Amino acid sequence: MAFLSVENLTYTYGQNTPFEKTAIKDISFSAEKGEIIGLIGHTGSGKSTLVQHLNGLIKPQSGQILLDGTDIWADEKKIREIRFRVGLVFQYPEYQLFEETVEKDIAFGPTNMGLSPEEIKARVYAAAQSVGLREELLAQSPFDLSGGEKRRAAIAGVMAMQPEILIFDEPTAGLDPAGRDQILENIVKYRDATGATILIVSHSMEDMAKVAEKILVMNHGSLALSGTTESVYAQADALVGMGLNVPQITKVFLALRRFGIDLPLVYTVDGAFDAILSFRKGGAPV
Amino acid sequence: MDNIIEVKNVTFEYDSADTSARQVLRNFSLSIARGSFTVILGHNGSGKSTLAKLLNGLYKPTAGAVTVDGMDTADEAHEIDIKRKVGMVFQNPDNQLVASVVEEDVAFGPENLGMEPAEIRLRVDEALKAVDMYDYRKSAPHKLSGGQKQRIAIAGVIAMQPECIVLDEPTAMLDPRGRSEVLDTLVRLNREKGITIVLITHYMNETEPADRVLVMHDGEVIDDGRPREVFSHIDTLKRAGLDLPQTTDLLYRLRQAGLSVPEGVLTVEECVQALLPLLTEVR
Amino acid sequence: MMKDITFGQYFPADSIVHRFDPRAKLLLSLLLMIFIFVAGNFWALFLIGGTVLTLMMISKVPVRLYLRNVKSIFPIILFTSLLNALYTSSGTVLLKWWIFTVTTGGLTRAAFMSLRILFLIFSSALLTYTTTPNDLTDAIERVLKPLKFIGLGNAVHTMAMMMTIALRFIPTLIEETEKIMNAQKARGADLESGNLMHRIKAMLPILIPLLISSVRRAYELAEAMECRCYHGGKGRKRMKQMKLSRADYIGSAVLVVLCACVIPINLFL
Repeated sequence: MAFLSVENLTYTYGQNTPFEKTAIKDISFSAEKGEIIGLIGHTGSGKSTLVQHLNGLIKPQSGQILLDGTDIWADEKKIREIRFRVGLVFQYPEYQLFEETVEKDIAFGPTNMGLSPEEIKARVYAAAQSVGLREELLAQSPFDLSGGEKRRAAIAGVMAMQPEILIFDEPTAGLDPAGRDQILENIVKYRDATGATILIVSHSMEDMAKVAEKILVMNHGSLALSGTTESVYAQADALVGMGLNVPQITKVFLALRRFGIDLPLVYTVDGAFDAILSFRKGGAPV
Repeated sequence: MDNIIEVKNVTFEYDSADTSARQVLRNFSLSIARGSFTVILGHNGSGKSTLAKLLNGLYKPTAGAVTVDGMDTADEAHEIDIKRKVGMVFQNPDNQLVASVVEEDVAFGPENLGMEPAEIRLRVDEALKAVDMYDYRKSAPHKLSGGQKQRIAIAGVIAMQPECIVLDEPTAMLDPRGRSEVLDTLVRLNREKGITIVLITHYMNETEPADRVLVMHDGEVIDDGRPREVFSHIDTLKRAGLDLPQTTDLLYRLRQAGLSVPEGVLTVEECVQALLPLLTEVR
Repeated sequence: MMKDITFGQYFPADSIVHRFDPRAKLLLSLLLMIFIFVAGNFWALFLIGGTVLTLMMISKVPVRLYLRNVKSIFPIILFTSLLNALYTSSGTVLLKWWIFTVTTGGLTRAAFMSLRILFLIFSSALLTYTTTPNDLTDAIERVLKPLKFIGLGNAVHTMAMMMTIALRFIPTLIEETEKIMNAQKARGADLESGNLMHRIKAMLPILIPLLISSVRRAYELAEAMECRCYHGGKGRKRMKQMKLSRADYIGSAVLVVLCACVIPINLFL
């Protein structure tokens, strides 16, 4: 039994109204502990609806979500506890900061969990460290931080709950390259340290190529492709067909292969570099 | 060359208690050629947004002068004229639309200029067609996608018939589809209507249509040239905290590894052409 | 999705009432409401009420929507009727119990007042169901325009601009509220249980971010408006011109005459 198992999830907004719109249909997938999964699809493909199901913000209309083998809606009164186990960082999470100090803001989740003051404090410091927030920032108002720091403080607020599954909705949206790289790095480090399952919603295939081990691709509310990062990116033509931006480097290699050059399909610059060098050594592609 | 905007020895300071963060630009000069497509690259805090707001007089220089078509932005008498000539589009599409019907929003600028209703109607229709949003003229902005909203914001500027549009990270909050919608629109406006475009961004691949790229870092221009030239200065780009396009990055690393590949490569096709000889000479 | 709910209660349909000039519609609704009060006897009230009911019928808005408005205001109708029924002492006494006396006069009065409130609700609903919030805002601005002759031109423009911006941003803010609520719920915020004090405190994590983001939006919008040459109402011309059609004139004339009839009916019937 997988750690997280989503079975035949379907959800329609505004059922029986003129605005009726099916957001997701018949979605099934599973995730194991410690995996980093990229969820790709363009705006309106149903990604946000799907992730809000996973922590019980939306109740499934049909299908179910099993966490460690138990339906998360088995006991409706305990849905808040599910949210502590499945953390969700929304898009532009810095807009939800509200406390007087960064420390208090990060403590909001742990406090809601009813933990002891010592435990809360320990978790706040650990979370701040996970996202690389300097300790002296904890006493400051979150509104005095820079854009990138605000984003990281907000992420720490969810990490401090120490969820077993951590979901990020477009964690790098609107950041510059330095800010983006730092956040992606923090996420991978957090997984390495805690063994949590990570799900990242993104429309950047380049970012996902760097961090994700498995990829889910959503298109018009359905799960169009899923599998290891290699196997999904290998279907570049299908991805382009869905209006997704395949990494530039993958496009280059696709074109080279059309010239009859026997190269493997790559999706990162590192991979491309290695592939070209080993090809030139006259050897068979790796 | 005929310049639409001239920035001469401009220093800009924010009113702030923190002296170190106060001075954003120091003795900064720049001219924007009429009809050009200029991309200004830089990471957050490089001073690029401040520069944008100086270009149409939204901010006034602390020292030095910014002139638009010879008019000093510090001169209040020219305020409206300058803002009409140099339109501005911001990052968050939601926070720049005023009316709850698309066509009424686009009409906002011309209405403020006191134009005749019939003339406004004409300009609104034309502007909406120019950004390919005419079919949505009766829609409510909040029902549109980010890219569509941003195109409405551009239409609102075009309806004032500006000579130049300055865009401050207009694609930062958009998905890839919205991003290319906006970029395509800008290219069309520049090529077909001859509107000068100043695009501020940190996405390197948005420099493709530019005829000039400026790289900003700590309030200074550290590189300035055609996209190809700028992209051959890898170290400068890295210093500015920018992402190399994957194609440029790959060729850079191959060159470092001792292979002979051309510099300043940008597009996928160019990269393929650059790699082909490397891969065919072996066999 | 909450954002799909249209703001206000406009009901899109193609009817004479919908097509009527919004300024005229606004003024005539006010006129109807005034004459509902002017009507001093049942005959006059039936004349105005009948007019309102006729307009409702040709508005192509389902009757149940009008009735929905009545439902929410029903307690008030009941309360006024009770007061009138119990405290009017004219006509024959029908019932006497403890300190209360119910008379025929009281009952008539209660019925009269209830009808008045009912027709008032119907005529305001008629306006809001058939006019978009936008048109309504425009109509208010234009109807109030003559106030510039007493030096209030700027105030009228400012108010209209504020209403326009409010209409534009209400859906955006609703969407944002929903998002922040979900984000805080994801951090375990409990918005549903506890006593009143607890609930008010629980709203802070939603209200504070909302307030901060609204201030930021306001600031950015102000800059954007400045960039689009906004400098107050002075010299500003509107694209959309409202022109009264022949149907508007005829319709208005008919309604004015009907209302005017109330006065002789009041006096002579």
